[in-house]
Amino acid sequence: MALSKQQIAQRIAKELQDKWYVNLGIGIPTLVANYIPEGIEVEFQSENGLLGMGPFPLEGTEDADLINAGKQTVTVLDGGSIFDSATSFAMIRGQHVQLTVLGAMEVAQNGDIANWKIPGKMVKGMGGAMDLVASAENIIVAMMHTNNAGESKILKQCSLPLTGVGCVTKVVTNLAVLEVKNNAFHLLERAPGVSIEEIKNATEGTLIVDGEVNEMKF
Amino acid sequence: MINKKVENVVEALQGVQSKMTFMLGGFGLCGIPENAIAELVNLNVREVTCISNNAGVDDFGLGLLLQNKQIKKMISSYVGENDEFERQMLSGELEVELTPQGTLAEKCRAAQAGFPAFYTPAGYGTEVAEGKETREFNGKMYVLEPAFKADFAFVKAWKGDTAGNLIFKGTARNFNPNMCGAATITVAEVEELVPAGTLDPNQIHVPGIFVQRIFQGKNYEKRIEQRTVTSKA
Repeated sequence: MALSKQQIAQRIAKELQDKWYVNLGIGIPTLVANYIPEGIEVEFQSENGLLGMGPFPLEGTEDADLINAGKQTVTVLDGGSIFDSATSFAMIRGQHVQLTVLGAMEVAQNGDIANWKIPGKMVKGMGGAMDLVASAENIIVAMMHTNNAGESKILKQCSLPLTGVGCVTKVVTNLAVLEVKNNAFHLLERAPGVSIEEIKNATEGTLIVDGEVNEMKF
Repeated sequence: MINKKVENVVEALQGVQSKMTFMLGGFGLCGIPENAIAELVNLNVREVTCISNNAGVDDFGLGLLLQNKQIKKMISSYVGENDEFERQMLSGELEVELTPQGTLAEKCRAAQAGFPAFYTPAGYGTEVAEGKETREFNGKMYVLEPAFKADFAFVKAWKGDTAGNLIFKGTARNFNPNMCGAATITVAEVEELVPAGTLDPNQIHVPGIFVQRIFQGKNYEKRIEQRTVTSKA
């Protein structure tokens, strides 16, 4: 069975390490905060200017002056802090944030990522994504393996305008966990019940399968 | 103490003209200068350039100026919340310079701090870097980005005093502090304007030297774009 969006987030959460500052993008990445492994401490950074971001507020206590980068009302945890946009991106550009998780329309085997524009059709902008991918050392992409038409989004080369070059380190899709290195996707884990053949068929880029590939455990 | 207080938004926006470049604070609809935007609509200045992270929504924030076709060019990082914006951009009516969010913030801060330009890794290898100078430092590639130049910066703070000192609340801070002093004239509107000497100098987020005019704002709507809550157990 392919993973649900929640399960993709759950699998990515296992990559979190103790004492890490983490930036979560909009969509599936936001859900990662629901699955922090027991026994570790992480702090979430929201690039609009918040560190120590907490869950959504209790109904009736929401504050228009306290939102995340997805413009959702949130809370701030004890020990959290608030700062201006330049300081926020100093944290990101200065590599003080250990992990970035974001969504993508396309990822290529050389680590390129495209997620901000479809020429002539959709132009929403890059927001903070270009700063994040140009600076972070660990970049995990959360995405569906294929688009609605069944075409692969895990490619030899991106066709859409790039957000960043050679930056993605890992991809977690509804079918697989892939490591991006040496100009190829390396299959690390399969979704439960998904065969290597299925993953191969859904991957346009070079896929390296090295020996036994375990199923993901939850 | 140098007094920066003006009586109202009309006085605060004196000198605003068509074809000028404005900076506007805010992230989404959070911390936007609502009073200044309403007055820009009222003044009906045309062909202006706006530097703002977002473009509001169809019927609020900078969306009001877009509807009125007052904006010639937008410099933003994310505009996904505004259908009218997307329509004007795709049809070519509106000139748009999409800029990575951290670069946008730093272009403000550089203008404030007297740096003509700076190198950033953001956008290297993408169309954002096309035509720009690039340079390698310690094995990594960077793009040269110039500081912004603007005629007016419109910012919104929670509290301010007559000396122009500002304190922000929550994530309504965002770009506002970085835009103060980054334009020829910075206009701050505040929810609560107090006499100089009332605020604790240790708690000031933006020193008054970066603000030329300050006024008591009114009728703040403070709209929430995405109301997300946890239900009571």
